Amino acid sequence: MSGGFFHIPSDLQNTYFGLVGLHLREALIPVAAGLLIALPIAQLCVRLRWLYPPVLGVTTVLYAIPSLAFFVVLIDYTGQTETTVMIPLAVYSLVVFIPAIVDGVRSVPQETLDAATAMGLGPVRRYLQVQLPIAAPAIIAGLRVATVSSISLVSVGMLIGNQGGLGNLLHDGQIYHQNRLIWLSVVGTAVLAVLVDALLVLLRIALTPWMPRGSGSRRTKAAGARPGTDTEARPEPAVTALEDAVR
Amino acid sequence: MIRIDSVTKRYPDGTVAVDRLSLEIPDRSITVLVGPSGCGKTTTLRMINRMIEPSEGTILLDGADITKQPVNTLRRSMGYVIQNAGLFQHRTIIDNIATVPRLLGWSKDKARARARELMERVGLDGALAKRYPYQLSGGQQQRVGVARALAADPPVLLMDEPFSAVDPIVRKGLQDELLRLQAELGKTIVFVTHDIDEAIKIGTMVAVMRTGGRLAQYAPPAELLSDPADAFVEDFLGTDRGIRRLSFFPSTGLELTTTAIVAVDATAEQIAARATPDVPYLLVTGLDGRPLGWSAPGDLTAGAVDPAELLPFGRPFVHGEESLRAALDGAVLSPTGWAVAVDREGRAAGVVSQQTIAEAIRTAHAEGRDAAKVAG
Ligand SMILES: Nc1ncnc2c1ncn2[C@@H]1O[C@H](COP(=O)(O)OP(=O)(O)OP(=O)(O)O)[C@@H](O)[C@H]1O
Ligand SMILES: [Mg+2]
Repeated sequence: MSGGFFHIPSDLQNTYFGLVGLHLREALIPVAAGLLIALPIAQLCVRLRWLYPPVLGVTTVLYAIPSLAFFVVLIDYTGQTETTVMIPLAVYSLVVFIPAIVDGVRSVPQETLDAATAMGLGPVRRYLQVQLPIAAPAIIAGLRVATVSSISLVSVGMLIGNQGGLGNLLHDGQIYHQNRLIWLSVVGTAVLAVLVDALLVLLRIALTPWMPRGSGSRRTKAAGARPGTDTEARPEPAVTALEDAVR
Repeated sequence: MIRIDSVTKRYPDGTVAVDRLSLEIPDRSITVLVGPSGCGKTTTLRMINRMIEPSEGTILLDGADITKQPVNTLRRSMGYVIQNAGLFQHRTIIDNIATVPRLLGWSKDKARARARELMERVGLDGALAKRYPYQLSGGQQQRVGVARALAADPPVLLMDEPFSAVDPIVRKGLQDELLRLQAELGKTIVFVTHDIDEAIKIGTMVAVMRTGGRLAQYAPPAELLSDPADAFVEDFLGTDRGIRRLSFFPSTGLELTTTAIVAVDATAEQIAARATPDVPYLLVTGLDGRPLGWSAPGDLTAGAVDPAELLPFGRPFVHGEESLRAALDGAVLSPTGWAVAVDREGRAAGVVSQQTIAEAIRTAHAEGRDAAKVAG
């Protein structure tokens, strides 16, 4: 593609939408990997209560390490590649996922678990068929935070030689003195984050038809109208996400 | 039969929740465990399906030690109903009910067909099948809990305070429903409650437990009321056990006065003929035979009876069907001191005075004592 608004300097050897694809891949693969790693760790934390605080501590410390420091160490092993960018992103996502999953699984009412046990569901079935589905809203809330932050973090990959997806445009924008490229990078990243987040919201709605209608602001009203059921209202996903992010 | 044989449960922190408890739980009947909070009812119930393992003693199911079969097989053969139902909030009503059949390997269609059948059984509208638990009322959820427990037709049903989270009117409905279901299904039910009235209403046998997990008395409800084993049981039964015991005496033998009834269109001769010195009031009925109210014979004008002028007649009792308790209640509620007996259709069958009811109570007590002597 040449000319026009979306024209990209040739040194990047890619089109704008090629960069978008790259950006998405570099942001989403680490989130998926982070989720897969977090699931068993979180389950261990649920089973062994004493393990949870130290695990949280470790993930927080890892989160505090700047990505640049990760790159310096990793470059010796994985070189100036996408992998070097993705490993820290996966590690960062743990700080969101582990508390989201642990809290989600712990929020399953004791009587629901008792009922499952009494009906002869073993521990594996109980986890897969009861705890995980009921924790799904909390997990997806965590997924949203992890995904959005990953999409914004990918850009630093430009520091190790054009491995930052849309972030690469920032560097080019500077050296070519083209504000257009910087806008393309910043706005492109933001639009991407918003779109992916919206998709995740749709996923949540599709996966949890069993939640009282109208999550978000109408949530409390719906919960209040629930006749006879448990009164504990699950916090709104956004709140959970924020709390998770703060942890 | 479930036999609890000298079972003790000591929790790791040293709490003795159940202390050398022995109980024989008869088949096809409702056995109620009742007692104050913390006396070990839930612990006892959960030892039967091995959610809790006893520290000492054994539990036998049809003569075989329950630890001899795989724990999940045992559990799937015992329905379990708890307070607040404990439904799976992420599954539809029909899939909640189909849980155990699915675990047992039934096909989805067969399990769902069975679930629909059970919804009907427990009085749930089929339209609720595709709803989620949050869309149901507490009473409906509890019915789903019962249906779910019954889904695989287990011979045993364990119920832990299943109706204590719903309001009294819904609770009464659920209790009646359980008794009706039990008459149809004949399960071996172990039912935990802290409500002695519930225990007396639904229990075939009632085990009263005291704090510390010891058995205070194990007896049919009528015996519990007539012969509490000790001061604890007596105290637990509450103050009006004499009155409540009357629920176990039928009103069948009660001799009704049938002459003191006149229809609303009675003639002066009829009124005069019915007014006798031993009956100070006449019961006026509608043309359909239903009671309208009481009146002194002198206040009745033939052909011009105004139902609004009559004295209220309280709550009538169904003769032969309801107990002496209902009859006495009717007499106490009636301003004339006479209870109104009706037939099943609600037509006045006769009237009966407090004195006659008191006489019947004395007779029933005497017969109860004789029966106890024969049995003992
Ligand atoms: N896991 C546990 N660890 C230690 N003690 C326990 C445990 N579970 C129950 N207990 C204690 O054992 C005793 C019996 O408890 P249980 O739950 O069987 O009582 P309950 O009769 O069902 O009471 P309620 O009517 O309040 O439900 C109580 O003193 C309780 O505190
Ligand atoms: Mg209990």
